Amino acid sequence: MVSALDRAWIPRGVVRAPLTRFGLWVGLWLGVFAVGAYAMYLCLADGLFHTNMDNRYVFGLWIFLDLTVIALGAGAFFTGFLLYVLRKKELKAVINSAVVLGLICYSGAMVILAVDVGQPLRAWFTYWYPNAHSMLAEVTFCITCYLLVLCIEYVPILLKNRRLRGIGGYLVFEHELHKLMVVFALIGTLLSFFHQGSLGGLFGVLRGRPFAFREGFAIWPSTFFLFILSAIAAGPSFIALTTWLVEKISRRRLISAEAYDTLARISGKMLMLYVLMKSLDTLFWLNQTAPARGFPAHRFYEFGNFGGWTLFIEIVILGLLPGLALIHAPLRAKRPVLLAAALAACAGVTLNRFVLTIQTMALPTLPFDRLMSYWPSWQEFAAFGAVVAYGVLVYSFSFRYLTLFPQERELTRAELMQRSQEA
Amino acid sequence: MTRRATPGKAARYGMIIDLDRCNGCGACMIACAVENNVPPPDAKATPRTGLNWVRVFRVETATRPAFVPVMCMQCGDETPCVSVCPQNAVDVDPSTGVVGQIPERCLGCRYCMAACPYQARVFNWRDPQWPAGMEQALNPNVSARQRGTVEKCNFCHGRWHAAVEAAANEGKTGSVSYTPACVEACPAQAIEFGDLNDAAFAAKARAAGAFRLLEPLGTGPKVYYRTGRAEVRGAVSGLIEEAKNGQRS
Repeated sequence: MVSALDRAWIPRGVVRAPLTRFGLWVGLWLGVFAVGAYAMYLCLADGLFHTNMDNRYVFGLWIFLDLTVIALGAGAFFTGFLLYVLRKKELKAVINSAVVLGLICYSGAMVILAVDVGQPLRAWFTYWYPNAHSMLAEVTFCITCYLLVLCIEYVPILLKNRRLRGIGGYLVFEHELHKLMVVFALIGTLLSFFHQGSLGGLFGVLRGRPFAFREGFAIWPSTFFLFILSAIAAGPSFIALTTWLVEKISRRRLISAEAYDTLARISGKMLMLYVLMKSLDTLFWLNQTAPARGFPAHRFYEFGNFGGWTLFIEIVILGLLPGLALIHAPLRAKRPVLLAAALAACAGVTLNRFVLTIQTMALPTLPFDRLMSYWPSWQEFAAFGAVVAYGVLVYSFSFRYLTLFPQERELTRAELMQRSQEA
Repeated sequence: MTRRATPGKAARYGMIIDLDRCNGCGACMIACAVENNVPPPDAKATPRTGLNWVRVFRVETATRPAFVPVMCMQCGDETPCVSVCPQNAVDVDPSTGVVGQIPERCLGCRYCMAACPYQARVFNWRDPQWPAGMEQALNPNVSARQRGTVEKCNFCHGRWHAAVEAAANEGKTGSVSYTPACVEACPAQAIEFGDLNDAAFAAKARAAGAFRLLEPLGTGPKVYYRTGRAEVRGAVSGLIEEAKNGQRS
């Protein structure tokens, strides 16, 4: 009975795991979610002393990972922009998955932020008493609006479900909504540009933190533009990686090699542009910005483990090398190279967010102060684990019951035909 | 010691801390906590999660150590914490020049703490609690802050407010004179408080041997330090030239 009901909701022409295996998978992640939900409850009910953050490490694991998932989630808006505005038709194969990933990344980040602030019930104050000069106010507005756009973009995917489309009016609504997707893609791009940028601006405007402070253009520090560039460089790589991961877990072919190639090529080009801009910015900061504020840049790299290696790894190992691999067609044609380069690109963005949050907090500004270390508490790990589990669950249900990869049916049919011919 | 400012004009309160007098006794920290209803630390609190509005650093130098009290510097130029707060919970009072924190509006995002180069802001990581009976000793002129909000030195706003009220009862307006708790408590009289609009006090703040922390950042702090020892100035000021001079001396 349950199995028949389950089958009735699964899209036609695709093969999904048996319900029992899917149930075990869901149960496992529900367990992770439950532990994290308990950790979140502790922080909300008792206070943030359950974390290992302190008056020096005011931002910790949560803000670092929030910045990272929002950067990786940029694949949603950028893919939408490429597909609906620049008409890159081959990306139709991944747009639904990109929207779901974006929705998961942004909603998950919002949940963690709600736990991270000391007075979450006052979150509405930012809308009521906004400080127009604050990058954080801009981030709050743009992320809220963009999350709304992602929800709207998710609706047509949901309504295309095999059972839901049978309900009178749903399919018409979905069709009409789909026609407006170019508008939502443009709105999403505009909002994403600003909040990705403002997340970088959060640190770039910290004039009291010479390690993070950057000169810029008009009211925007250079980190504003670098965050946008790095996010749209890593976003397509993240989509390629997650698609490959879903292919491995579900043991299905989901998109064509052409779609992988397009994602990798765009990611590589954007990554090369980012590496160039990041290098110029770093040189200017090392020689001009930091010394002008009384901090010779070499001082930043004399503390503990934060040596110049972070810069080298971020720009060369996790920037230039994957960028070169991804723009070179024969190299990216090899799937392991493509995946390794995509992973390196995502790791590079992660390291960049780590440096700007954790290293900025770790370095002393007062000449007689010292470097401090921080290791997150189990509550911090568990709460983030809950967000990961939430993401896996939303994606798993979406993958099982919705059409995330329109090419899948065609690829499955071809595979089945090939198998029957071989037999 | 407190100097009287010119009546009828807005004030620009500031401090001068004599590092040659400070012996690191910590009386300023205690007086500050008592005056401003800072709760006693929880058994599990650490120096990094405590609520000290004033911290006294011990700074080693080539000769003997120096003690450096650090509190909110009440930055006057493009105050770093003001522009970052997403909901206008931080402001600069134009009548006093003091950077105010509105705990009732604070979201607890801690962005202002990240922005402060002096790390002078502290966060209420847990509910404030006073041992039974101790709440009787709370200062009625200062509101206690709740969990999840940021707080910091405000040059004893409660005392300023009381002084303004007293002046108003006498029909006076404008700048008033008062003494913050740390200034009053310092047994070595190492801290002077006054109005930087007062020419005599301003001249003293800028006299030879005086400096401010992290001056090249351009935040315009209103807390000045003074020392006759070049090695202390070199170790504390953060100025590269001063540090070189300090090493030479």
